[in-house]
Amino acid sequence: MALLSVHDLHVYLGESHVLQGITFDVREGGVTAILGRNGVGKTTTLRALMGLVDRRGTIEFGGTDIRQVPTHKIVRLGVGYVPEDRDVFAALTVDENLRLAERGAETRYDLVYDLFPELRDRGKQAAGTLSGGQQQMLAIGRALLNDNRVLLVDEPTKGLSPLLVTEVAVALERVSELTTVLLVEQNLGLVQRVAHDAVVLDTGRVVHAGPAKELLENKPMVHRMLGVG
Amino acid sequence: MSTFLLLTITGLGLGAMYFLIASGLSLIYGLMGVLNFAHGVFITVTGYTLWFTESKLGGVPVLPRFLIAALVGLIVGTVFAALVELVLIRPLYGRHIEQVLVTVGVALAVTALVTAIWGSDARVVAAPAWVGDTTTIFGAHIPNDRWLEIGTAAVVLFALEAFLRRTRYGLIVRAGVENRSMVTALGIDVRRSFTLVFAIGGLAAGIAAVLYTLYSTTVDPQQGTSLVIFAFIVVVIGGLGSIRGTAWAAVIVGLVQQYANYYASSGLGDLSVVLLLGIVLIARPSGLSRSFA
Repeated sequence: MALLSVHDLHVYLGESHVLQGITFDVREGGVTAILGRNGVGKTTTLRALMGLVDRRGTIEFGGTDIRQVPTHKIVRLGVGYVPEDRDVFAALTVDENLRLAERGAETRYDLVYDLFPELRDRGKQAAGTLSGGQQQMLAIGRALLNDNRVLLVDEPTKGLSPLLVTEVAVALERVSELTTVLLVEQNLGLVQRVAHDAVVLDTGRVVHAGPAKELLENKPMVHRMLGVG
Repeated sequence: MSTFLLLTITGLGLGAMYFLIASGLSLIYGLMGVLNFAHGVFITVTGYTLWFTESKLGGVPVLPRFLIAALVGLIVGTVFAALVELVLIRPLYGRHIEQVLVTVGVALAVTALVTAIWGSDARVVAAPAWVGDTTTIFGAHIPNDRWLEIGTAAVVLFALEAFLRRTRYGLIVRAGVENRSMVTALGIDVRRSFTLVFAIGGLAAGIAAVLYTLYSTTVDPQQGTSLVIFAFIVVVIGGLGSIRGTAWAAVIVGLVQQYANYYASSGLGDLSVVLLLGIVLIARPSGLSRSFA
């Protein structure tokens, strides 16, 4: 059974019909990647799932329709979110950013510091003064702090050096052993490494959904759908 | 020397008053994006509640009478501010034009209501005698109420900083000023903080109302509106959402106003503040807060 089911999801941003009735499932465990060229609605899909934009259609999470549920309650159902631009709170310290993300008594600081030891060392540093890679670690760490059932991760490697991309990939692999991940990513190398399933979007519609390996090994298909390879 | 000292202390007193009003305005705009034109009536509501309560406590000595009346005024002003957020502002989040219209409407309606019930003439409040006296320092006769204004503003600044830095709600407010939707995306119902920030803003404005009543020994329907205009200027100069920026801007505005009124010409104080606002807006449109950080 799918952990997350999206059916006929529509989103309008101003005059633009960004998501035009997308339908896909995310199975429990592992990583499902959302792929597609720039501007096809990948980020909007995650924002719609989080309730951060107005949307129409059905979104079922663990069998519950969450379309009418406000964002903070969606999160409390066990949905973690790592946004595209990290959105760490620049004026707050690393410790304060993490503390803000705490929900309930049981937090997983051990896991966060195990994956990203730098966050412990830089606890008193203002998040706005961290490098891009460190901010990404903080954004992921913040989402990992609670025992979420699914993590929505939006382009975690955007703007990172190859070394940091590897570090993020290792973290995602580790995370995917603990929880389900819905990953938006342009880096196909990373997708190949971590994803089990893939959903491909094109101009606001799902044009392919299935095992990631099957898609990525089919070079003509990758070229046609993603414009690479 | 004694004149300069007098102007400086009275300027700081004026700045303290502006800070108390502007701090709430700044937090409200920073967190919620609400331009609260009803902020002045928080002062009016507190002031009139103070006067009304005091007028009903005849026979009680002046000091306890004033303190009881001030406490009642602060409670009513704070509850009023929270109710404005809950009943009028909350249904309109994200609709900025409607919010501005509602807050302007509240300001006009409350002022009109107060005028209709108690008239437009100022009402006299009996203040403790010590407040009306002066303390002489280096030849300057400093009115005692100015020490009270400066001391109270310093305590409020310290308390606000402690709230923002040491409590979870303070953390939420600071984060919300930066990125409200991301706070929500961490599972936090940020609307609860909205009511709290409105109540804190109402309380700080109410404290300013109490101090202003001590200074003027009167309340009148327009005093909230006139004070809040300079508070808005302070907020813009200090940087929206920054308490420290607001504090520094309040001090600068208070001093500039006093010095200009004395050394240039009486009445030029207001103009010089508007000029200062213009210069800051041109040179640093986001306000001075980063300079103070």
